[in-house]
Amino acid sequence: MIINHPLLGPRDSAEFTYLGDASMIHRPNWEADDAVAQFAEYGYQRANPAGLHRELWFHEGGDRSWLVITRDTTTHEITSVEMARDVARAEGRTK
Amino acid sequence: MRYSAFKVIKEALTGHRGWGPAWRDVDPQPEYDTIIIGGGGHGLATAYYLAKVYGGKRIAVIEKGWIGGGNVGRNTTIIRSNYLLDGNEPFYEFSLKLWEGLEQDLNYNAMVSQRGILNLIHTDAQRDAFIRRGNAMMLNGADADLLTTAQIKKRYPFLNTENARFPIKGGLAQHRGGTVRHDAVAWGYARGADQLGVDIIQNCEVTGFVIENGVCKGVQTSRGTIKAKKVASCVAGSSSRVMEKAGMRLPIESHVLQAFVSEGLKPLLPGVITFGAGHFYCSQSDKGGLVFGGDIDGYNSYAQRGNLPVVEDVCEGGMAIFPMLGRARLLRMWGGIMDMSMDGSPIIDKTHIDGLYFNGGWCYGGFKATPASGYVYAHLLANDAPHPTATAYRFDRFAKGLMIDEKGMGNQPNLH
Repeated sequence: MIINHPLLGPRDSAEFTYLGDASMIHRPNWEADDAVAQFAEYGYQRANPAGLHRELWFHEGGDRSWLVITRDTTTHEITSVEMARDVARAEGRTK
Repeated sequence: MRYSAFKVIKEALTGHRGWGPAWRDVDPQPEYDTIIIGGGGHGLATAYYLAKVYGGKRIAVIEKGWIGGGNVGRNTTIIRSNYLLDGNEPFYEFSLKLWEGLEQDLNYNAMVSQRGILNLIHTDAQRDAFIRRGNAMMLNGADADLLTTAQIKKRYPFLNTENARFPIKGGLAQHRGGTVRHDAVAWGYARGADQLGVDIIQNCEVTGFVIENGVCKGVQTSRGTIKAKKVASCVAGSSSRVMEKAGMRLPIESHVLQAFVSEGLKPLLPGVITFGAGHFYCSQSDKGGLVFGGDIDGYNSYAQRGNLPVVEDVCEGGMAIFPMLGRARLLRMWGGIMDMSMDGSPIIDKTHIDGLYFNGGWCYGGFKATPASGYVYAHLLANDAPHPTATAYRFDRFAKGLMIDEKGMGNQPNLH
């Protein structure tokens, strides 16, 4: 797979490591009443779709940036690559 | 029809006109006691043991494609019970014992070959860990044998024991481990289940579940709605896709694992060798091909094919330990889809929906578990309580912090 890095252009996927579903950007609030249940869900349950999947990749062998990649899990075709910090800020994360 | 030497001779003399199909091709009935979704090794074994050991009646196995066309048809055929943790080892040893009696039980030649498996050791720390694992295995009634480099050299003279980065300092052997003819496992269980009255329904895809007031009462399929008192999912690789139809999210990611076969060679590799540090393992099939593999690709995939970096990684590992591999040409390579669970261990449990049961999360280790997986799943279906060797394989172990994490990697499926 070739990952079209927003800053560095097309890079071999072997330079990257994979974390998983991009919903992990949104860590639950530890002060919530049901924080234990929320963290169990956050830590262990996954949608695992067959089709488009938004996922976190880390450019370990490159500029060490986190990316949010939209990829089809049935074909491995990558349709979008974004900087994870831009995605996180746009989705309301402040830190 | 029972297979025997007498039958083979009789058929040879009469032009082989007396062999019938090994199982019936049936249309679905409107209702069953138990429906097992997935006609792979585990699903067929479940049906077989449910009918044979637990007296189950009116059982159907429904399969989207043809039986044995999923992971039981695309694995590297290794059987072993060399696990460390209490939640795993009794189960896998139970499975190995079932393998040892399988062919007599099924009256079917599954080519079970206990040619031994060897895990290579490269450092003192690794030797300590392997001694601990060997002791845990023996405490659970399995066999384990710590070999010196000289003993390994005697059996495998071609191994490169002097690799600069990973010199071979010994190995942990399980002599009762080995290989099995994988397709024959599916066919043998299918034939055995069919003879006990199980309906095996192929080309029948599950499109939904019939759930009324929190109780599962059957499945919707591409061949109509089929009612059932109990519905048992057994579709590792596609677990999330099937259970999503019942509104469930699972502690599982689907990943692709590649495997490779070389051209056929003269017999040279008598057992199974795993070079864990180099992400490579290898055995030789009875046809002569070297069957080998390594790590999963490491990203979610349902594509049944992988990418080239892992091909390179596996072949580099092979060349490091096994330099003559470079003279063999690669004949075939393929990918299979694994249910990678959050702790690297499987789940065999009831769901929160009454009448709906789940078996999955086998990671890349489902083949060796086939007989025991079927047996304990049948036990769960018959008794609504787990088999004594499978009490740890529960859904709630993640929320409760009771992970069965052999490698100690945490909730990162691509690292198990």
